[in-house]
Amino acid sequence: MYRYDEFDAKFVAERVAQFRGQVERRLAGAITEDEFKPLRLMNGLYLQLHAYMLRIAVPYGTLSSKQLRKLAHIARVYDKGFGHFTTRTNLQFNWIKLVDVPDILSELASVEMHCIQTSGNCIRNVTADQFAGATPEEIEDPRPLAEIIRQWSSLHPEFVFLARKFKIAVGATEHDRAALLYHDMAVDIVRNAEGQVGYKVVAGGGMGRTPYIAQTMSEFVEREDILAYLEAVLRVYNQDSRRDNKHKQRIKILINAIGVEEMRRRVDREFAEIKRTGSLQLPAEELARITAYFAPPQFEALPDNMPFGDKAFEDWKKTNVARHRAPGYAIATISLKTVGQIPGDASADQMDMIADLVDEYSLGEVRVSHEQNLVLPHVRQRDLPAIFSRLQALDLAAPNSGLITDIIACPGLDYCDLANARSIPIAQDIAKKFADIGRQQEIGELKIKISGCINACGHHHAGHIGILGVDKKGVEFYQLQLGGSGAEDASIGDIMGPGFGEHEIANAVERVVNHYLAVRKDGERFLDTYRRVGMEPFKNVAYQEQMYAAHTG
Amino acid sequence: MAKVQDPQMLTANRLRDGEVLYWAKGGWVLGLKDGEVFADPKAADAALAESQRDVKNNTVVATYLFDVRVADGVIKPVKEREIIRAKGPTVRGEGKQASHV
Repeated sequence: MYRYDEFDAKFVAERVAQFRGQVERRLAGAITEDEFKPLRLMNGLYLQLHAYMLRIAVPYGTLSSKQLRKLAHIARVYDKGFGHFTTRTNLQFNWIKLVDVPDILSELASVEMHCIQTSGNCIRNVTADQFAGATPEEIEDPRPLAEIIRQWSSLHPEFVFLARKFKIAVGATEHDRAALLYHDMAVDIVRNAEGQVGYKVVAGGGMGRTPYIAQTMSEFVEREDILAYLEAVLRVYNQDSRRDNKHKQRIKILINAIGVEEMRRRVDREFAEIKRTGSLQLPAEELARITAYFAPPQFEALPDNMPFGDKAFEDWKKTNVARHRAPGYAIATISLKTVGQIPGDASADQMDMIADLVDEYSLGEVRVSHEQNLVLPHVRQRDLPAIFSRLQALDLAAPNSGLITDIIACPGLDYCDLANARSIPIAQDIAKKFADIGRQQEIGELKIKISGCINACGHHHAGHIGILGVDKKGVEFYQLQLGGSGAEDASIGDIMGPGFGEHEIANAVERVVNHYLAVRKDGERFLDTYRRVGMEPFKNVAYQEQMYAAHTG
Repeated sequence: MAKVQDPQMLTANRLRDGEVLYWAKGGWVLGLKDGEVFADPKAADAALAESQRDVKNNTVVATYLFDVRVADGVIKPVKEREIIRAKGPTVRGEGKQASHV
């Protein structure tokens, strides 16, 4: 893992001291709320529906056991005993007191964490594949580049006041687990025809009110040029994006307004200029220095020998265990989606006990996925039964990774000041409806994603089945979207039609899923069947209760 | 036909800890049930204006009026958002307002 150097530690300590002073001045009335708000947002502090919410950055989703224990400690001492992992692989606390925040930031700094770049119109916390450094599929570990981007973007003077937030992800595998194509900009580590490793850069993806799939800016950027190229994209965005309309300020709007060819032309011009000055070349020795922090652990020489167990263990192994790059090792996903639980939530006790597991079995490291689960990246295959048993005791052994109950849900109206409708109870209702593991396995891969408002923190546009909560005269309704994907075959879900009531939406989802089971061909996922047959048949079954009521009413 | 205006209440968050507050007779209380209901929009606007005193003296933030209905002496916000804000999250029992509703 990356460790802070002297500069990082000093920088974070100074920010803590600076914010402590800002909080003191705010409480003393020396600065107004209008003056204070941008300062607190720069430190990840929002005022939500019930209280302050603090969003803590987990760069590229990587945490040490020590950091996880610190998060558990903060949950216990300063919050209400739990935290919420988000689709940006961050952690949110929902019940924070303003007066405690300087002390919390100080605690975080002691384990090399902070809340910078988790809010505001800046380059946000960089995300990456949660299997980074562990999966045999990758060309190379994407985290060294993610860390370099983090360092380059932290308080970058040119990009501190962008028109809007800017999200970057890095991947390195054909199978995209980091939703690259839904990011403002993403870097895919690729190999060219000559076998040389470099970077494909895409930009202009995004969710929210106007969803777009990212478009290719460059098929291949040389290693030493990557920061120059990213800076060129950011510079064009910063200079040319609209600042007069808050709904048109993201890079996706700019690219789609001027066209991708024109965007590329502008970026290439800036790129040439930056290259000419030579100020942003990435030195090979610096890349090597950062990469060394992410060197693979010393794996034992073990044979591949996957253990067998009872049905519960085999079910879990089937969905939650993935192949590792080292023989005798595996990647284990800890589902934070036990049926009936709040997606992405973990209690302080669970965090502490996962930290113990991480130390005992996963070489001290755990990952956060954008699907709101945790991952033990490096576990010995022979330890899987013991890990599973410990997870069962924590109620975190749901064998559902990638299945219909592995639902993404934003905090929604239960916590969020921006939300129009609740997300969590809908996720819980649907999960309960499909709780039977045999039924889940029969359905196969099916990603449900729920957002409580158009801002789409719950990624509803990218759900095979997406659900968007809306407010109709103070009452919650839920729109269904079908056919979205956040993977390498990215697509934006199609809106089915009028929304369903709070007590109807789970039934409508069930009718849609049952229809899929009735018409699918061998080997088809829900998404494949939808792409083959289209919306109409699903729409007919989803609304059948209403149609029946209309005919008989 | 002119829309009938629902009664209103005034709410804010306490600056130092974010706690949800309701206006009652020139001050703030923790529970919705103890808050003041304004049948007259002018009285509600006057309370909002008076409450700016506490915004200026940095004890509260985010003041606003919201619609409620009162039946059998029980106050119920019109919008789901305000019902949840008053009671706390519907998915956990940790809502700090819950005991005051």
